[in-house]
Amino acid sequence: MKKLILILILAAVSPSSLAAEATEPLDPVYTNLGNKASLQRGAKLFVNYCLSCHSAAYMRYNRMGRDLGISQGNIDEHMMFAADKPGALMTVSMPEVKAKQWFGTAPPDLSLITRVRKPEWVYSYLRRFYFDAESPHGWNNSLFENVAMPHVLYELQGVQRLTGHDEHGYPRFEMQAPGTMTPEEYDEAMQDLTNFLVYLGEPAKLERYKIGTIVMLFLAGLLVLSYFLKKEYWRDIHYS
Amino acid sequence: MAEDRVDKHRRRFLTVVTTGVGAVGAVAAVVPFVGSMSPSARAKAAGAPVEVDISKLQPGQMLREEWRGKPIFIVKRTSEMLDTLDGVQGELLDPASDAGQQPGYVDMGTRSLKPHLLVLVGICTHLGCAPVEKFAMGAESGLGEDWPGGFFCPCHGSKFDLAGRVYKGVPAPSNLVVPPHRFKTDTMIVVGEDPEGVA
Amino acid sequence: MSKFLEWVDRRFPLTKTWNEHLAEYYAPKNFNFWYYFGSLAMLVLVIQIVTGIFLTMHYNPDAETAFASVEYIMRDVPWGWLIRYLHAIGGSAFFVVVYLHMFRGLLYGSHREPRELVWLLGCVIFVVLMAESFMGYLLPWGNMSFWGAQVIISLFGAIPFVGEGLAEWVRGDFVVSDATLKRFFAFHVAAVPLILAGLVYLHIVALHRVGSNNPDGIEIKKNKDADGVPKDGIPFHPYYSVKDLVGVVVFLIIYLAIVFFLPEFFGLFLEKDNFLPADPLQTPADIVPLWYFTPYYSILRATTESLMWFVRGLIVLSVVVAFVRTSKPTAKGIAALVGAGFFIGAFIFTPKFWGVVLMGFSIVALFLLPWLDQSPVRSIRYRGWMYKTALAVFVFSFVILGYMGMHNPDHVSLFIFKNVVWAQICTITYALFFILMPLYSVWDRTKPEPERVNFK
Repeated sequence: MKKLILILILAAVSPSSLAAEATEPLDPVYTNLGNKASLQRGAKLFVNYCLSCHSAAYMRYNRMGRDLGISQGNIDEHMMFAADKPGALMTVSMPEVKAKQWFGTAPPDLSLITRVRKPEWVYSYLRRFYFDAESPHGWNNSLFENVAMPHVLYELQGVQRLTGHDEHGYPRFEMQAPGTMTPEEYDEAMQDLTNFLVYLGEPAKLERYKIGTIVMLFLAGLLVLSYFLKKEYWRDIHYS
Repeated sequence: MAEDRVDKHRRRFLTVVTTGVGAVGAVAAVVPFVGSMSPSARAKAAGAPVEVDISKLQPGQMLREEWRGKPIFIVKRTSEMLDTLDGVQGELLDPASDAGQQPGYVDMGTRSLKPHLLVLVGICTHLGCAPVEKFAMGAESGLGEDWPGGFFCPCHGSKFDLAGRVYKGVPAPSNLVVPPHRFKTDTMIVVGEDPEGVA
Repeated sequence: MSKFLEWVDRRFPLTKTWNEHLAEYYAPKNFNFWYYFGSLAMLVLVIQIVTGIFLTMHYNPDAETAFASVEYIMRDVPWGWLIRYLHAIGGSAFFVVVYLHMFRGLLYGSHREPRELVWLLGCVIFVVLMAESFMGYLLPWGNMSFWGAQVIISLFGAIPFVGEGLAEWVRGDFVVSDATLKRFFAFHVAAVPLILAGLVYLHIVALHRVGSNNPDGIEIKKNKDADGVPKDGIPFHPYYSVKDLVGVVVFLIIYLAIVFFLPEFFGLFLEKDNFLPADPLQTPADIVPLWYFTPYYSILRATTESLMWFVRGLIVLSVVVAFVRTSKPTAKGIAALVGAGFFIGAFIFTPKFWGVVLMGFSIVALFLLPWLDQSPVRSIRYRGWMYKTALAVFVFSFVILGYMGMHNPDHVSLFIFKNVVWAQICTITYALFFILMPLYSVWDRTKPEPERVNFK
């Protein structure tokens, strides 16, 4: 018990000592939840490449379809590999125990990933996988060193090798075998995927801004009225 | 000092308008709270339509399913069973099914989409017990010599015919409910969804 | 209508209550900006209670499902996201409003005679509110919730002899667990709100007994007209009800703008580590309490061996001040005895324990304010440079402590000094504001108070 407290206090007093976060700067990414086409492309990538290992266990298929304008038929046919009911949650069938055997750690749920990490982090992470012969699965990531996850998207991006870092700390890569996408196409695809993950983190964001704007306009009107009401009553009060 | 005189009209006008607009805001603020109490996406997903495979259902048999936490009875009626429906009309409370206990698209005579296949919510309209099937005719059923087959609620003795219509003189006030349902294929019933083309 | 009112009035003092507290409650007519925050605090309390009730309908106080139930509210419950944001950000709004409300007291001497009880009840409300918020913060069962509770509850362990047992008793387990979550839930949604509502009622009853203070800090009841109505008083209703309405709308605009457009508020109101479920095996990189607790957290962390000599010095200084300001031999004796006890304690007990003590004293000191402040005037308008400087240093210390509580003590976030050194300096100046008050509030060169209130 004493030891636990000691650890806690140490953790409290010297917080930075525990996590070994990579210090690479992040790539800027432009996300826009108003861009339905981008969200749809991101959803497709997510379902095809991420959802086989990572769950999004707080998200429902039919909600995604409704929000992103994907028809239920489309979802049934092209997206629901692991579930059958339209209102099902986006879980994975891979059991956690097995996952730990295969990867050493269970792949985290991605529902809230952009709220835990910044969208920029996710975008940079997706772009910075490289071939590393020393890693058990042949892949490494310059942003998240020795990550347990292999490069699932290498077919799209191609195989790149880390050659070093530039003076600002950004990693430099050399393409060894091009993928099915050009680097520009891949960046755009990852931007779509990041955009979708931002949506996934908070689906309510789609309506939040709209409702908020109406509320602000209403309150502005009420402010004017209440100000004049106050002024009218306070004509009774004499300041002398 | 003319400006000191209270402008009663202006004051009343401002009070009324501000109160009115404020009341609109208050009502709008209530909306999310009231709305939050209606079924959530989880409840809706759990209450989604269920598909029932009836390919193995034999004539004269009944299948129990669950939809929105309620028992659903699916009965494959034989022709003899269907023949009893006309004979009992005089003893029924609502033989023509006028009380709207079924969707408008079912046949009122048989209370079904296809005469042989009856779909019912298995909840007695009296106090919510689950009726049991008593398809055997006559004394064998334990309900008297002239029992033509139907449903019997063990709680308070309500009786229903083979279309779920209630008899006279029992506590239940109305016919058993027919839920919305449709045939996806000849052997697949979807409970909870209207047939295509019906609003 | 009037007949119905008569009927009620014979059975319940409705009209009487209305008049006493609104229509014929005479408030000074020179209230300024700072006087909005009392009614705003009431508004936030109501918002928190209403949103809290509706969250309780969907939330699961269960370690297995608590985190998921919050996401369920955010996604599956119609409007759940709005109600949850209103409540979460309402917590921060509560402290913004209450801190400004308390600062108003320091500005205009609202703690002074005859309003000591109003002030004391307010201080109790503040402490209870901190408990309420601390327990509520555990409920989302995010990783920061978990580790925040873990660290703070472990503080009890610093209390000599009984600490360990006490910490286990509070948790109901050897670590923060389902048992802790369930009891915090019970306190957060039932027990503490009841206490809070009762205290707020008492706070207002006490206030209406003595009447409101005002920016001039003078007693409006001393100048009454022929009808016994204070010349500088105006009925609360309609004058302050319409004025407060403007304040309410402005508050709602700021509060709802954050709710709708910036709910995380740059990680201050919703922390990123709290979007991860509680994980007893994975400490967040920076365990940071919510922003309104960081000043006290800073004091806790600042209390290291190197601060202890200053702590001993502050104890001696307190005794000296007591000796200067009191002539009664018994009072002097008590001060010397208590001071000696603390002084010896400062050698025996560890800095870790003293951190907890100082953190406690930083709040206890507020309770003593009505007696520490000996100035002949109440309002800052008529005080001299000493109090003005002291208050400025105090506010500065509080803000810096709060800032340092969010940053790694070993880094240099401001300038020159490490964060922990800044926190130590500010801990000392925070203490000096209270310890020296009996001296500088008297030595200060005050201006004469006016006969009637001013407008400025």
